Amino acid sequence: MDFLKDPLKVAADWLLGLFSRWGIPDLWAQVLIGFLGIFILIALLMVLDIFLVWIERKVVSRFQSRIGPNRLGPFGLIQPFADIIKLLIKEDTTPAGADKVVYNLAPILSMMSVLILWAVVPLAPTILGVDLNIGVLYIIAAGAIGTLSIIMAGWSSNNKYSLIGAFREVAVMLSFEIPMLTVMLIPTIFAGSMGVGAITQAQDTWFVLLAPLAAVIFLIAAIAELGRAPFDMGEAESELVSGYNIEYSGMKFGMFYAGELLHAFTFGGFWAIMFFGGYRFFGLEQVSAFLAIAILFFKAFIGYWIIMWVKYTLLRIRIDHMLAFNWKFLTPVAFVLLMVTAFMNALLADAPTWLYIGGMFLSNVLVAWIALETARFASRKERERVEGASYAVRGTE
Amino acid sequence: MVPLSWYLIFSAALFSIGLFGVLSRRNAVAILLGIELMLNSVNVNLAAFWRYGNVTDIAGQVFAIIVFAVAAAEVSVGLALVISIYRKRNTVIADDIDMLKF
Amino acid sequence: MTVDQIIFLVVAVGTLIAALRVVTTGNLVHAALWLIATLFGVAVTFAILHASFLAVVQVVVYIGAIAILFIFAVMLTRKEMRDRGPQMNRNWWFGALLAAVTFGGLALIVSGWSGVTKTATAYPSDFDAVSALGNALVSPDAYVLPFEVASVLLVAALVGAVYVAFNRK
Repeated sequence: MDFLKDPLKVAADWLLGLFSRWGIPDLWAQVLIGFLGIFILIALLMVLDIFLVWIERKVVSRFQSRIGPNRLGPFGLIQPFADIIKLLIKEDTTPAGADKVVYNLAPILSMMSVLILWAVVPLAPTILGVDLNIGVLYIIAAGAIGTLSIIMAGWSSNNKYSLIGAFREVAVMLSFEIPMLTVMLIPTIFAGSMGVGAITQAQDTWFVLLAPLAAVIFLIAAIAELGRAPFDMGEAESELVSGYNIEYSGMKFGMFYAGELLHAFTFGGFWAIMFFGGYRFFGLEQVSAFLAIAILFFKAFIGYWIIMWVKYTLLRIRIDHMLAFNWKFLTPVAFVLLMVTAFMNALLADAPTWLYIGGMFLSNVLVAWIALETARFASRKERERVEGASYAVRGTE
Repeated sequence: MVPLSWYLIFSAALFSIGLFGVLSRRNAVAILLGIELMLNSVNVNLAAFWRYGNVTDIAGQVFAIIVFAVAAAEVSVGLALVISIYRKRNTVIADDIDMLKF
Repeated sequence: MTVDQIIFLVVAVGTLIAALRVVTTGNLVHAALWLIATLFGVAVTFAILHASFLAVVQVVVYIGAIAILFIFAVMLTRKEMRDRGPQMNRNWWFGALLAAVTFGGLALIVSGWSGVTKTATAYPSDFDAVSALGNALVSPDAYVLPFEVASVLLVAALVGAVYVAFNRK
């Protein structure tokens, strides 16, 4: 029973006993156990990544009314393995005039920035990589390293199109970090701590009920951070041939591609952790650590499904519209929402629970309604200005 | 245990390397890179004195946060100026930007 | 040589080597990338010093914003994809001399101070540096005034930078 509740501690103690019987000094045994834990986590994540490739291809085919891979294995389950074998045996080219060190380092950094995010994901009440008390900021820092890897990839390919794609993608990622960070402060206010474990522990009522607009803004900003449609300027296939990963082939491209899918799943997971209670489900997570992991992954898959749904339904937005959307709409709404949330939190601090939830929910709806009405008013003015009198005449039809 | 002197020597070395970069590079952007190194060395110094003094007196970290803000402001204005000069004069070599008007 | 000392030596030597590559390399984009390595080394130094908030803010602000701004500026201010020509100006030897004198002077001053060999006291386990920092930045009898002045400075820099670099066509 102890193993079901706290598997990491039981395993670590057993390994420590084993190592001390072999005569390894205590300090080195701890370091070795740490490395072993990291290695096992990364191995499991890579296996999950393979599964995500299959899910992606099946889901996109279903959205496009076709069947998708179904030749290799039942339901095409062996297809991702065939993809990986193909990527591994492809020729590993480096374009002439490219900067070799930077060119080879970029996909590694891109994959690294996704894997280090899993150090702060609370998988179960007792399984958490590092209980940082600044977990929210750590997520943004990992995103910053991902941004860096894209610009390294774009510059070092010695190719105009990949440079333009990288510039646009980095501009989008840097811009959308601001509403994402602002909205991630809202669960921080509710939980009283920036630590991701503390945020999960504080969700007796899921934060999506307390701050639905924050959940929506976080989803939009996360999709932009991931570089997925409708914000995928970096790899706009119809415009820029493939953006920053034009010159990458073989397993280096595989690292970018798999890294992007894992990144999307990770942010589905963070959406679930910040707003939907993470591994919590009405006390079910206390039964066993593995059940908590299953609950978290179920919620993360629902988040990932929504991200895929948005990708395969919406059209790509033009780059200046993307940036205008961020700086003129999302960022002011995020700031106003943060101030309103902090104010309402202080106002309703002693209120009974139903009043607290109702008050927060209504304040979010009010902010969303005011924001949309302001946007509609502004766009109507803009259209009248651009189209002149013809719209004003036609307006009432 | 790491004595405080190691941190101070480290930050002095970083400062001197930044100073060398500022004084001896031709490109204006490279001069700004040297300034960034100097600001980072100051931050290391502040954090070391915070840790090795009274940890509950958070003034060292507050000072370091303000230095972050000042460095960010200075870099953005400096690079905006450099880009604007490049548009007019088509050069960023600091030695060639020596006349106010022309 | 305890483990702490070995870790600090490795990080410090790596950071100083990266800093030397920043100021001596000919290719400016490489210089910006070496700067990123230096900034990361400084972030690790902050983490060693138990200043965890500073370490993460260093990565987010310096590496995530300032270094990328440098890379953009380098790419926007050159005429072709490769750099050519010497990167040091005519009096670089004087700069090196001055830097060496500065380092010598600083080291001399530091070694003459009495408290220089002290080692760190143990970090108190119940002290929440992040909440203490947050309280210090907004409480009226602590540092709220420098905080607000810094935010005004950032707004001024933002407006100024956008205005200076604006491309009126």
